[in-house]
Amino acid sequence: MSGKLKSGRQVVEGSYAVAHAVAMCRPDVISAYPITPQTHVVEDLSQFVADGVIDSKYINVESEFSALSALVGASAAGARTYSATTSQGLALMHEVVFNMAGMRLPAVMTIVNRSMSAPINIWNDHQDSMAERDSGWIQLYVEDVQELVDTTVQAYLIAEDPDVSLPVMVCMDGFILSHVFEPVDLLDQKAVDEFLPPFKPVSVLDPEDPKSFGMFVDPEYYMDFRYLVEQAMDRSRSKIQDAAKSFESAFGRHYGDLIDTYQTDDAEIILVAMGSLVGTLRDVVDDLRSKGVPVGLLKIRAFRPFPADEIAEATSGAKVVCVLDKNISLGTGEGAVCTEIKASLYNSDISVPVIGFVIGLGGRDIPVSTVQRIVSKAEDVIKHGIKVESEFVDLKHSLVS
Amino acid sequence: MKEIRIHGRGGQGSVTAAELLAIAAFEDGMYSQAFPSFGVERRGAPVMAFVRLSDKKIRLRSQVYEPDYVIVQDATLIEAVDVAGGLKADGMIIINTDHNPDDLPLETKAAVKTIDATRIALDIIGKPIMNTVMLGAFAGASGEVTAESIKNAVRDRFPGKVGEKNADAVQGAYDMVVGS
Repeated sequence: MSGKLKSGRQVVEGSYAVAHAVAMCRPDVISAYPITPQTHVVEDLSQFVADGVIDSKYINVESEFSALSALVGASAAGARTYSATTSQGLALMHEVVFNMAGMRLPAVMTIVNRSMSAPINIWNDHQDSMAERDSGWIQLYVEDVQELVDTTVQAYLIAEDPDVSLPVMVCMDGFILSHVFEPVDLLDQKAVDEFLPPFKPVSVLDPEDPKSFGMFVDPEYYMDFRYLVEQAMDRSRSKIQDAAKSFESAFGRHYGDLIDTYQTDDAEIILVAMGSLVGTLRDVVDDLRSKGVPVGLLKIRAFRPFPADEIAEATSGAKVVCVLDKNISLGTGEGAVCTEIKASLYNSDISVPVIGFVIGLGGRDIPVSTVQRIVSKAEDVIKHGIKVESEFVDLKHSLVS
Repeated sequence: MKEIRIHGRGGQGSVTAAELLAIAAFEDGMYSQAFPSFGVERRGAPVMAFVRLSDKKIRLRSQVYEPDYVIVQDATLIEAVDVAGGLKADGMIIINTDHNPDDLPLETKAAVKTIDATRIALDIIGKPIMNTVMLGAFAGASGEVTAESIKNAVRDRFPGKVGEKNADAVQGAYDMVVGS
């Protein structure tokens, strides 16, 4: 595997595909600490650097905290930066995650989504990135390996836009997407170079023209800085849309803007999800549609910024919305996506029942039959109203009673 | 869509076999998907890997519960794991063993094929690593994928002599199954 990058359309591992996409973006500085299931991504990238096939500086560090700290410095100095992590690694970065967004430093970081300890579990859910949802990072979730590749390139365009200047997490499901082998169109260097211009930082660290990043501010100024981050987040909405559109013109592939919808126009039941589960839901929707069940699918592509208006528009004609959350906001009894969807509909003139399903935590598999049971519950809600607002799906009751 | 479940023990290359099968099927013009069962990998422990093959894009991400084909790399697993679990009645299970199908404690309506893949691996590769041999047997018994594509995938993954020997073993197993 030394000396040459793969090219064209072929079957590769999801981790290789994202490493390849990152390579095509020509990052100046990469820093990461290996952790399952992110390991293959950074192994492949460090191999590319060692083989001299990409011209990036790879900084080896002793922890995730240091990895992201290194990128804060590099990004402030004007470098295009990349990292990847998961779960406990992301948690260890937490302090720097907020710092990087607050300093308005663009970067792209792949989150190979995994559950949080304790108990220790290396498999997929979305708890790790959901815990960083208030940090000021844009969060994009992907459905399959091709979308992962394409979104990684779009993420740099969004992050480095001077109107945004914020870091982006591209979230992929651990193992389900990181360790799958499937056909992928690997991107061509020339095409990516045409799509993604070199990084032109808004402001750089320069000894000739000294500046400070992330300095102390007193109550006189702090709140205003936070407001500016929120404004940048808000401006990123149209930039995410623009990036998706211009990517489509250049490469012919489109995955929706902040959301994507499938069979929602006349749907009475709308399933909402993020990540690889969306693929399974597409199959279920097709199967149930062929049997006359009016079901549709709403995929959340951008969780931050949160697509409240788009969700309201897509669900306005539905009779029930089922939110499938691969996370649990402990103390609320439901997943965070469910809570936010209810909040975004509350002050509108839309009155549609929203029910939540906490599903697939710690890698618990989500078979088609489980999704079909959820749709049956939704049919009950249409007939009889909400009886259970949120529940854990496929719980082993014998273990917890 | 055809779904395949591979049973083996950690170290027998079940995940690699799944990956090679996906690569070979893609070369034959199909969409393919291969993934491990997301267990903790330990040498000797029972492991599973899954493959899906289709003429359309594969969107389903769940594990395989009702396979069309099951490949068992190690017959001792039959007593430890329900290797035929969920196997479709018109499906097929291919087992590495020197026993006859009738002598195996299996409960399935599906077709049962056996091949002494460990012997073929020892004879041709010189090591008891049977994953590529089982792929040759699968190609021959199922007709879902060509032996040529399996051999190309094997040569690409293991360059040089190792790949050539494995490709020979693939062909050997294919010929044995097709001839029988």
